[in-house]
Amino acid sequence: MTGRLFDTVWDRHLVASPEGEPPLLYIDLHLVHEVTSPQAFEGLELAGRRVRRPGLTLATMDHDVPTRDLDQPIADELAAEQIARLRRNCEVHGVRLHALGSIDQGIVHVIGPQLGLSQPGMTIVCGDSHTSTHGAFGALAFGIGTSEVEHVLATQTLRQVKPAAMAVTVDGELAPGLTAKDLVLGIIRTLGPGGGVGSVIEYRGPAVRALSMAGRMTVCNMSIEAGARAGMIAPDETTFAWLEGRRHSPRGRQWEQALDDWRGLVTDDGAAFDREVRVDAAALRPAVTWGTTPAQSVFIDDVIPEPGSFATPAGQQAARRALTYMDLRPGVPIRDVTVDAVFIGSCTNGRLEDLRAAAEVIRGRKVHPGVRALVVPGSARVKADAEAEGLDRFFLDAGFEWRSAGCSMCLGMNGDIIAPGERCASTSNRNFEGRQGPGGRTHLVAPAVAAATAVAGHFTLPGDL
Amino acid sequence: MPGIQQIAGTAVALERRDVDTDQIIPAAWLKRVQRTGFAPGLFGAWRENPDFVLNRPGAAEAKILVAGDNFGCGSSREHAVWALQDFGFRAVIAPSFADIFRGNAVSSGLVPAEVGEGAVTRLFAALAARPGARVVVDVAQRTVAIPAAGIVEPFALADYARWRLLEGLDDIAVTLRHEEEITAYEARRPQWLPTVTNQLALS
Repeated sequence: MTGRLFDTVWDRHLVASPEGEPPLLYIDLHLVHEVTSPQAFEGLELAGRRVRRPGLTLATMDHDVPTRDLDQPIADELAAEQIARLRRNCEVHGVRLHALGSIDQGIVHVIGPQLGLSQPGMTIVCGDSHTSTHGAFGALAFGIGTSEVEHVLATQTLRQVKPAAMAVTVDGELAPGLTAKDLVLGIIRTLGPGGGVGSVIEYRGPAVRALSMAGRMTVCNMSIEAGARAGMIAPDETTFAWLEGRRHSPRGRQWEQALDDWRGLVTDDGAAFDREVRVDAAALRPAVTWGTTPAQSVFIDDVIPEPGSFATPAGQQAARRALTYMDLRPGVPIRDVTVDAVFIGSCTNGRLEDLRAAAEVIRGRKVHPGVRALVVPGSARVKADAEAEGLDRFFLDAGFEWRSAGCSMCLGMNGDIIAPGERCASTSNRNFEGRQGPGGRTHLVAPAVAAATAVAGHFTLPGDL
Repeated sequence: MPGIQQIAGTAVALERRDVDTDQIIPAAWLKRVQRTGFAPGLFGAWRENPDFVLNRPGAAEAKILVAGDNFGCGSSREHAVWALQDFGFRAVIAPSFADIFRGNAVSSGLVPAEVGEGAVTRLFAALAARPGARVVVDVAQRTVAIPAAGIVEPFALADYARWRLLEGLDDIAVTLRHEEEITAYEARRPQWLPTVTNQLALS
């Protein structure tokens, strides 16, 4: 047998394969948010079309929602209009909306799994590139543009050229203290920012099997940062245990049927891939990005690299440009770089497990004077669960701001931004120029490293405090 | 969407790789609920530098953007395509495109012309020597030419994408020709798959 998980899921969703056209793929779940959907609903209405399957469509508000003063009207008029537009569109088209203020509201890639909507073998799309997150369950999940959002709303299908299949096999095991974030940053560094273009990555190997569901979501989430169309991990007992009993998980006899099916969603040992990459987990250390793509990272023990150390002229030019933007000098230990802000949250690292890891570090300590630190839980439920465990007190006592759920400072749409020239240690997924605010400088790290950095005022590990 | 046979005009050379969609259209612009009005935000941060290529004389009339590898990486925002179009661009030429950007471009009628690394180097050189040169992107022939420099390069564009661009097709209308197959598929989906409204009605 040489079957691959990706092919199995792909083939199951083929609606039609017309001659001379890319195949039509059925979409099991369409997640919608306020920023990439208004023009799609408008297009739908202008063409006199309706949402074909409201029951397979779920909307929430995350990208530009405020993360404090939720009892007040939204101050940003444009954001308020966009949020009101989503509410109106959902009402008109009968789409279920988890609105701001609901316990089910949150970052779209946090709430899908949390509600049990993201299940093995499904196709899941959303007008957001980090939709790859849901691949952690063995689903084929990818980001789409607004025209495609309209297409899915109207037809519940997408026309897709089949991507290539890439395997990233992670051998060995992660050292204690290393997280899924360090692993995926290591993988992206190996692949480069465009190394996965045109491919769906299947993550395999013992170090991937050992990850929790939260860790698997972190890894799949950042597949797009290597340019990949999607990331997938074959479901196993960890997946099934996580799904059992969630609101939208199958129950009773259907749970048994689903389990029987899901156990068959595997890639055979002898399966061939278009490209295979191996990563040694044991060789990894905690990662910190120094540049302006997530592929530009070093280990915490390293120094800022010399642009001349990169293989190609284009890579050298990109490194020089990144160092200028980041105001960093080659040869300086990354530990000596000081920060102005720390952000813990996002669809990459805004789940309960991430907040626990950061809280454990911050407990009984104080944020370094002059450092602004905030925690933004990935969903209202994550926030409530964290508060039930008392995590909010650890953060607040240390001097962190404890906010409500949203994308917040990951992309700086809602006013949670850093100032020009400021430097932020962030658990998010992108360190592009100006990502967290115009002129801002972002360094991507794992939650515990972000917490330790908030205490020290410069990049450091929890064990160094 | 009108069909596109050929685009002819001047070009802007953006000699950078990994140009991400946050640079093409910064997040603050994503609060708009229209598909138009994005031109002032195109490369918003980079345009603050007076020497940036889009600030040079003639850039405002350009129809073609030539850029480095992995153009349009990052966010799925189709606003990046709309911003390029709103500024006046009708085609982007690069050695490779991010997958979502390429799909968005074809959906909105911006031609993503994928040329070889060598070809993009020759195009950059020709444009440096002749900044106002006329560039012709021929969708039917899948070639990009700079007649004044004697350059003709082939570019890659999938057959279906080419057909859609040439015909200006409404992709949804094409798909709805398969309505019966979609309905048949829906009838055979497993029962355990989640449905949002039904589950909530039960609880």
